[in-house]
Amino acid sequence: MLGKLTLSAIPLDVPILVGTFTGVVIVALAVLGAITYFGKWGYLWREWLTSVDHKRLGIMYIVLALVMLFRGFADAVMMRSQLALAYNGNPGYLPPHHYDQVFSAHGTIMIFFMAMAFMTGLLNVIVPLQIGARDVAFPFLNSLSFWMTTISAVLINVSLFIGEFAQCGWLVYPPLSEQQFSPGVGVDYYIWAVQLAGVGTLLTGVNFFVTIVKMRAPGMDWMKLPVFTWTALVTVVLIMAVFPVLTVTLGELALDRYLGMHFFTNDGGGSVQLYLSLIWTWGHPEVYILILPAFGVFSEITQTFSRKPLFGYRVMVYATLAIGVLSFIVWVHHFFTMGAGPNVNAFFGVATMIIAVPTGVKIFNWLFTMYKGRIQLNGMMYWVIGFMVVFSIGGMTGVMMAMPAADFVLHNSLFLIAHFHNVIIGGVYFGYVAGLNFWWPKVLGFKMNESWGKRAFWCWFIGFFVAFVPLYIAGFEGMTRRMNHYDNADWHVQMLIASGGAASLLWVLSASCCRSMSRSVIAILQRTVTSRVIRGMHVRWNGRCHRPRRLTTSPFYRTFMESIRSIPKSRSVVVAMKARR
Amino acid sequence: MANLSATPHGSAHDDHEHHGTNNVFGFWVYLMTDCILFGTLFATFAVMRTQFAGGPTGKELFELNGVGLETALLLLSSITFGFGMLSAFAQKRGAMLVWLAITFLLGLGFLVLELREFANLIHEGAGPDRSAFLSAFFTLVATHGLHVTCGLVWIAIVMIQSFTPQVFTTRYMDKLQCLSLFWHFLDIVWICVFTFVYLLSVI
Repeated sequence: MLGKLTLSAIPLDVPILVGTFTGVVIVALAVLGAITYFGKWGYLWREWLTSVDHKRLGIMYIVLALVMLFRGFADAVMMRSQLALAYNGNPGYLPPHHYDQVFSAHGTIMIFFMAMAFMTGLLNVIVPLQIGARDVAFPFLNSLSFWMTTISAVLINVSLFIGEFAQCGWLVYPPLSEQQFSPGVGVDYYIWAVQLAGVGTLLTGVNFFVTIVKMRAPGMDWMKLPVFTWTALVTVVLIMAVFPVLTVTLGELALDRYLGMHFFTNDGGGSVQLYLSLIWTWGHPEVYILILPAFGVFSEITQTFSRKPLFGYRVMVYATLAIGVLSFIVWVHHFFTMGAGPNVNAFFGVATMIIAVPTGVKIFNWLFTMYKGRIQLNGMMYWVIGFMVVFSIGGMTGVMMAMPAADFVLHNSLFLIAHFHNVIIGGVYFGYVAGLNFWWPKVLGFKMNESWGKRAFWCWFIGFFVAFVPLYIAGFEGMTRRMNHYDNADWHVQMLIASGGAASLLWVLSASCCRSMSRSVIAILQRTVTSRVIRGMHVRWNGRCHRPRRLTTSPFYRTFMESIRSIPKSRSVVVAMKARR
Repeated sequence: MANLSATPHGSAHDDHEHHGTNNVFGFWVYLMTDCILFGTLFATFAVMRTQFAGGPTGKELFELNGVGLETALLLLSSITFGFGMLSAFAQKRGAMLVWLAITFLLGLGFLVLELREFANLIHEGAGPDRSAFLSAFFTLVATHGLHVTCGLVWIAIVMIQSFTPQVFTTRYMDKLQCLSLFWHFLDIVWICVFTFVYLLSVI
């Protein structure tokens, strides 16, 4: 049933992979060597790897997300450059079976191990602090979730060097993903990795739900909850509602493959449409799971740097809840072309358009928060304003595709690819990066570099349009997604421009990575000299922070009591809570 | 987490109590996600229930006598578990152990009957790879069976853990309450299995 591992599973004949492998080994040896040289193994093991502290786990989640962003981005650059080359008889440098693995891995990694990990990291760092809880409800479970996610991420990267990855897209649609058509180990890698990560995420959902419901500071009733925590709450409810569906769906696919069952096969009465319905019952709420915390981040940043309370807090909360509910009744728009019939398609089309209403309400709330505010136009506000531009365009192309008649033309074309990158990059990624900037001082005690932050923003903002507007155009011209090579001259122009956009994104990614890493190294040096990071520097954004008022930097638990004693004038939440009692 | 809760400041006791209720509430929330998992399996079965692919139908395969006996065993085990909980609340370890042992045996009986049914079906050539209907049937019922197996292991563990001088701590009662929720939940799921899988197929 499971087969045997042989040496032939190691792809020594693919130079790209051998090169990547060599690079990974060199970097790994350098990191391990550095840890050994500085004698940090004990520290690493005790303080980080075995930690159940929500702040440390949050940081580790974000580190994982950034590493996976690098991997996913490398995949993206390979795809763009392949399509710039593979024109008019030129096969490019990625043969179809390799190219198919690259686009499958890109989607899987970006969603499950970049976006989800980033989101969980921000939740871990911020939510307990915002509600005045000392940690999450189940700290050990939190650590378990993190390691399940990490192990899945490792598993998916192992597939680069041993065996292969799935070649049937990031949601491995059957019947292509069945044993009959995908006899290799690629789909198995996918099933195991996503299954483990999914269970980890489900446990995170339960954990944070209990934390937010049960562990808020005294007096913090629902309408006093910080907006980010509200969005986190709706997100974890969505996680709890849909991740079991993902577990079952992939479990059934695994049973098909391992035990010869007939859930989604062509023969034996299987139903492919069942898989599509199930996977998108998970998949559509999943995109709201990703975007809602980003909305929370934008709300926090907008009100802080407009020096005004959020416009329409209650409306914002209700809009979040409405999006959460509506996200369950739109999934069929992912396969209008399958032929569910005009009435079914009409229902889901209308539902999809309705979901744009609460989202639009949010956009106006942010705009009115800025209106007549004393706006401080820093890097974070750049991301917020950039988000509004990019995301609104993405939202409008989404409403276009919500019309079943239009979708029959645009389905599975590059137009679709451009649309969802438009909302995921412009919404989710911009939001998480802004959040990282915003809460960075709380975590590490110093601000991120402002001018590099702005440069990074402009490169992402312009690079995004250069990379994806050509995809919209090529999509209109009929170019389908997941295409390995082509001979249409119109498309070639677009592909050349798009790869230029990818290159500018790449430049900024590596530049800002180096930059923030060097800043981090400096900070760590500072920290060993003065211990300022642990003690808590008074970096406050405009002296404004959310109730409960607290130190802007949150020390790790072991020095928590110590830090309260060492800064007697500061009002931390523990002090406040004690006084109240 | 117990050692972490022992902080010097005055709210340590409150924190501890807080934690106790979180365990049961958290487990209940987890069970609700499990409920969605079963819901999805039921939905799959609903789609697949007539996809026989020329193979045997439920009407030809299912023998209600055996399934009825299974149902009786499992329902009875819920009652005996309830008596076990009452003994635990009354802090009577001996009585609790007896009731838990009876519950364990009833659960084991259920499982043996279920496995026998599976073995018979596979022997008759109606295994899970025969048709989509049978795939859905086996997956749904076996997932429930797997949960019952976990429940049995869990019952054995709480029985072993009761052999300490101070049995009925808050921590132990939390554990027992979670197990109780789990066991009754499995019962409810089984009632749905019995109704929607067996009875509706035989009609």
